[in-house]
Amino acid sequence: MHSLRVLRAFLTVGVLNIVQYRSDFVIALVNAAISLVTQVLGLSVIFTNTADLRGWTADDLLVLIGVHFFISGLVGLVIRPSMEALMEGIRLGTFDFLLTKPADSQLLASSQVVAPQAATDLVVGVGVVAYGVSRTGLSLDAGSLALFLVTLAAGFATVYCFLLLLSTLAFWFVKLDNILVIFQALFGNAGRWPVTIFPGWMRPVLTFVVPIAFAVTVPAQALTGQLTGGAALLSVAVAVGFVVASRAFWLVALRRYTGASA
Amino acid sequence: MRAAEPGPLRQRDEPGDAAPRPSFGAFSPAALALYYRRQFGSALANNLAYRGAVAIWVVTSVIQPLVFIVVWRTVAGSGSTGGYTAAQFVAYFLVMMVVDHLTFIWHMWEFEYRIRTGAFSPLLLRPVHPIHNDVCENLSYKLVGLVGILPAAVLLAVVFGADLSATTPATVLAFLPAVLLAMVLRFVVEWCVALSAFWLTKVSAMNAVFFSLFTFLGGQFAPLSVLPGWMQTVAAWTPFPWTLAFPVEVLLGRRTGTELLVGYGAQVVWVVVALVVLRLLWSRATRRYSAVGA
Repeated sequence: MHSLRVLRAFLTVGVLNIVQYRSDFVIALVNAAISLVTQVLGLSVIFTNTADLRGWTADDLLVLIGVHFFISGLVGLVIRPSMEALMEGIRLGTFDFLLTKPADSQLLASSQVVAPQAATDLVVGVGVVAYGVSRTGLSLDAGSLALFLVTLAAGFATVYCFLLLLSTLAFWFVKLDNILVIFQALFGNAGRWPVTIFPGWMRPVLTFVVPIAFAVTVPAQALTGQLTGGAALLSVAVAVGFVVASRAFWLVALRRYTGASA
Repeated sequence: MRAAEPGPLRQRDEPGDAAPRPSFGAFSPAALALYYRRQFGSALANNLAYRGAVAIWVVTSVIQPLVFIVVWRTVAGSGSTGGYTAAQFVAYFLVMMVVDHLTFIWHMWEFEYRIRTGAFSPLLLRPVHPIHNDVCENLSYKLVGLVGILPAAVLLAVVFGADLSATTPATVLAFLPAVLLAMVLRFVVEWCVALSAFWLTKVSAMNAVFFSLFTFLGGQFAPLSVLPGWMQTVAAWTPFPWTLAFPVEVLLGRRTGTELLVGYGAQVVWVVVALVVLRLLWSRATRRYSAVGA
């Protein structure tokens, strides 16, 4: 309960920032629109040359792009800015202040910065998913919607824990901000396409090493009727595994942390 | 800085005048050559010291071509799309990766920072035009990055089985002037775009539009022959394909004879146009500039 209150307080501050920096918000919206137009144009170029991309139609891919927008929005809203602040804090020693606060350190570290302009990606994502689903013509029953929400939550949890694992490495290697840049490049480029089109040797990398598949492809499959029960279960199992592993790693790292002045 | 200078403002904007603000032709070629040698040397040492950052850039710039290779191989299947087989798509995107590395500049992001923080003021106080410094930094960065990009291209060519059968010593020879002109053209065009930071406080939306156009019309997303006809026509009248797609196609042996000459011609014309625009923009931009604390 206490944790939820902390989280809400951080998000409220973030929302207040929207009012403060309205022009940033407009620019974020324009950028999201440009990115969307670019991606739709890309799809249209591809689908003038082919009918489907290894079983994915243009509408299926539109749904996938929407999911990608949504997950990027969630990551950009709190996770990425907070992780950047965490690594910076470890480097500069300001992480000490965070440890003195009476709430769970992982929660505080993961929600310390909110970048509200990323919310535009969330809105665009929801819109594109809804439009894409309406175009596929598949009747969406409660079952597949539930499956979508579960796999989406699992996928987001997996990506969050993955980023937390990476950032926790900063306790050992001080200069690491670039590792997030590589993740961003992988997620931003490879994440916009279904993992199933990648050659066999790359798929395990994109599935387990950088869990793009579980974050984007699996939820999109749930909405386009391509998801098998086994894959959904695996997605949840991987999420649980990542949550447990990243929490354990966080605790180990904290025990090792001696503070900036020690 | 302006207030400290006596004399009418109007006079200084005239070309050839010994202006207090850096101009393009204030130095003899010999002096400039010396400046370039020294500046390039120090920029190179700097990039070698931060080679980790360069390595990260190399890794990230391999990802996009890799993804496009996967996508277009899937589209082509065992047949061909827009005149490219799967193996030819691989070759196209790998050569594109190298050409993109050789031509790219980052100043469209840096100018916003330079102007917002006032970091531009010391650059403007130097007698040498800041573009020369940017050229040196850019070239040294590319040279260091090439150590990573070239092996990556060769490795991926082997892994994905790139079809380079139409690449001959002659096409390599024809490629050299094409890529050199492309480097100049892209540098000047993007430096012009970077100057827009003098008028806009936030350039990210502007850059996003520019790069979106660049991605399609420059042939980064797909070879131009794959695009719809109207897009190819539009592209041919913009500078974009001449900075990326053209050198790539030359190396792959897809542009020969008159097409080759037309391409060089288009590159030269665009370089001249871009330089004229740069001169115009530069004199207006510096007149507008007032730094933080000035």
